[in-house]
Amino acid sequence: MISRRDFLQVSMAASALYGASGFGNWGRLAAQQALTQDQLLEFETFGNVSLIHVTDIHAQMKPIYFREPEVNIGVGGNKGFVPHITGADFRKAYGIADGSPSAYALTYNDFTALAQEYGRVGGLDRVATVVNAIRADRPDALLLDGGDTWHGSYTCYHTEGQDMVNVMNALKPDAMTFHWEFTLGSERVNELVQSLPFTSLGQNIFDAEWDEPAELFKPYKFFERGGVKVAVIGQAFPYMPIANPGWMFPEYSFGIREDNMAAMVQEVRGMGAELVVVLSHNGFDVDKKMAGNVEGIDVILSGHTHDALPEPVLVGKTHVIASGSNGKFVSRIDLDVRDGELKGLKHKLIPIFSDVIAPDMEVAKLIDAQRAPYEDKLKEVIGTTDSLLYRRGNFNGSWDDLICNALISEREADIAMSPGVRWGPSILPGQDITREDIWNATSMTYGEAYRSEMTGEFIKVILEDVGDNLFNPDPYYQQGGDMVRIGGMGYKIDVTKPQGERISDMTLLKTGEAIDPSKNYVVAGWASVNEGTEGPQIWDVVEDHIRKQGTIKLEENNSVQVTGA
Amino acid sequence: MEFSRRDTLALGVGAVALTILPFQASAAADDLIAAFTGGADVAEGGVTLTAPEIAENGNTVPVSVSAEGAEAILLLASGNPTPDVATFKFGELAGSQSASTRIRLAGTQDVVAVAKMADGSFARASATVKVTIGGCGG
Repeated sequence: MISRRDFLQVSMAASALYGASGFGNWGRLAAQQALTQDQLLEFETFGNVSLIHVTDIHAQMKPIYFREPEVNIGVGGNKGFVPHITGADFRKAYGIADGSPSAYALTYNDFTALAQEYGRVGGLDRVATVVNAIRADRPDALLLDGGDTWHGSYTCYHTEGQDMVNVMNALKPDAMTFHWEFTLGSERVNELVQSLPFTSLGQNIFDAEWDEPAELFKPYKFFERGGVKVAVIGQAFPYMPIANPGWMFPEYSFGIREDNMAAMVQEVRGMGAELVVVLSHNGFDVDKKMAGNVEGIDVILSGHTHDALPEPVLVGKTHVIASGSNGKFVSRIDLDVRDGELKGLKHKLIPIFSDVIAPDMEVAKLIDAQRAPYEDKLKEVIGTTDSLLYRRGNFNGSWDDLICNALISEREADIAMSPGVRWGPSILPGQDITREDIWNATSMTYGEAYRSEMTGEFIKVILEDVGDNLFNPDPYYQQGGDMVRIGGMGYKIDVTKPQGERISDMTLLKTGEAIDPSKNYVVAGWASVNEGTEGPQIWDVVEDHIRKQGTIKLEENNSVQVTGA
Repeated sequence: MEFSRRDTLALGVGAVALTILPFQASAAADDLIAAFTGGADVAEGGVTLTAPEIAENGNTVPVSVSAEGAEAILLLASGNPTPDVATFKFGELAGSQSASTRIRLAGTQDVVAVAKMADGSFARASATVKVTIGGCGG
């Protein structure tokens, strides 16, 4: 992960607090240009409890490419702190050598070249191998799934999440929390949750009518591990009915519910919990704030914002751990709990290099069985790309540039809007684009591509509103996505300003004219949270566009000018 | 991220209104607080106000207030055209001085609770509730 010298320094710093640091030594591996499964899994078992964290898999059962963001701006107290540093700054912060496997896994630079060298990442059959290896060291290790598991692929859509449930069950998780799962609709979520052989957690999942804890989801679950009473408290995504269509799960209410979290921590401590773990889908900055406000949490396993961090971030006495997305990483956390308290922690963010880690054959077979009925549809080549297609970044990604181009040309619009989600694997230049690839970047249960007229003034209101979800200096007012992607229009944004003053100089790109607040523009977009949205599915719009283009060639997108970052 | 034409227009009106409201309305809220306290000093603390950070539905936002030993609690939505929401009065035999209700918020604003204590002193708490058009989750 880091150079040997930095490794020792980090080790020492960590020992001062909690014993040993758990870093691998990828820096040296980079020099050798060699990786082995043993090296990736190398970990001297520590303490008496092990946690395994996976999160935000977004139904990626097979290995994929995934480019980390170039732009990830932090605001307020989080400016300049991880995960809001990228590229060379990130590598410097963790002592990662340029061009090393960890540089490829954790930063965006030279992505195409490094991807060709180090190959695809993820694959739940590889994740299974890692989980099994950890369980070989520590048979009673807890496997905790942070959610966004039953969403994001062609097969997940067509089986309404059943493919992911089947494959994840084979990995034997101990508990899970939720976000996009709810977009399957409450009836289906209830059905799947009731079928699970493990506990569904969410202290903040409430019955909307009575504002009482929902029956189906438990606030916490106790486990006895290595003679230690471990309490795992769940925290589902707080802003489900706001960021996603609430009409699909009207019986449920969410929210951060910090007071209830504090009450749950007190309750489990009162019941004798010696280790308190929060399995969270809050997003990293929200988790940091919660760690600072709520006493008594030892570890927060953080999901939602898709950050992958090679070290825990310590807030007071709480370790906040971010384990990436799309099956690209597994976190192993070994804990030494004695006399009713946490004495030491050792952590490793294990990158799932799919060419290095051998697939678990049983799970590989199970994955293939889920895909078999759809194989022809999945594999169909729609076009090829000359450009790298990726999504992550605060303001745009080339996948969304392509989607916006498709919306403008197929829906005859002036302006296109694509939601600022953070899921969706990358496609390398020269690769074919298959139907599966398109679905990986667009699949959802509310994918209708609308076409409507909006005034210039209202377009600004939307940008200001979404901008505040991302750049409000108080993390509790952030929803964790990225900025809505805009095609056909440029603008300036000052991230330091309050809502209503961030956006300026909106320009219609095709004419170069300023957007007129009182004029109507034809806007095409997708992923409306409103019930009754009409239009063709976005994956069909994108497929038609790619077919017509044949080969995708995108120009660099400079239409958003950012200040205050 | 807003979409159907009808909803877009409805939201457009609401959203534009909310950018203006908080400024003109806080004066009205201040007047109501002054009328409640008779101009007495109001301390921070001693009142617990529970409201969501971001409203799931601005038309029905769950809000709870409590203040141990309070005779009455004034609840205001400072950014609404009519900020006065409710005044809860607690008799001597009340087992607890707490109340919950659901309120409609015209836009992002501070919800304010002012408690009148048995000794005649006043205390307040406020919480910013954001009303957003939402749309794009990670």
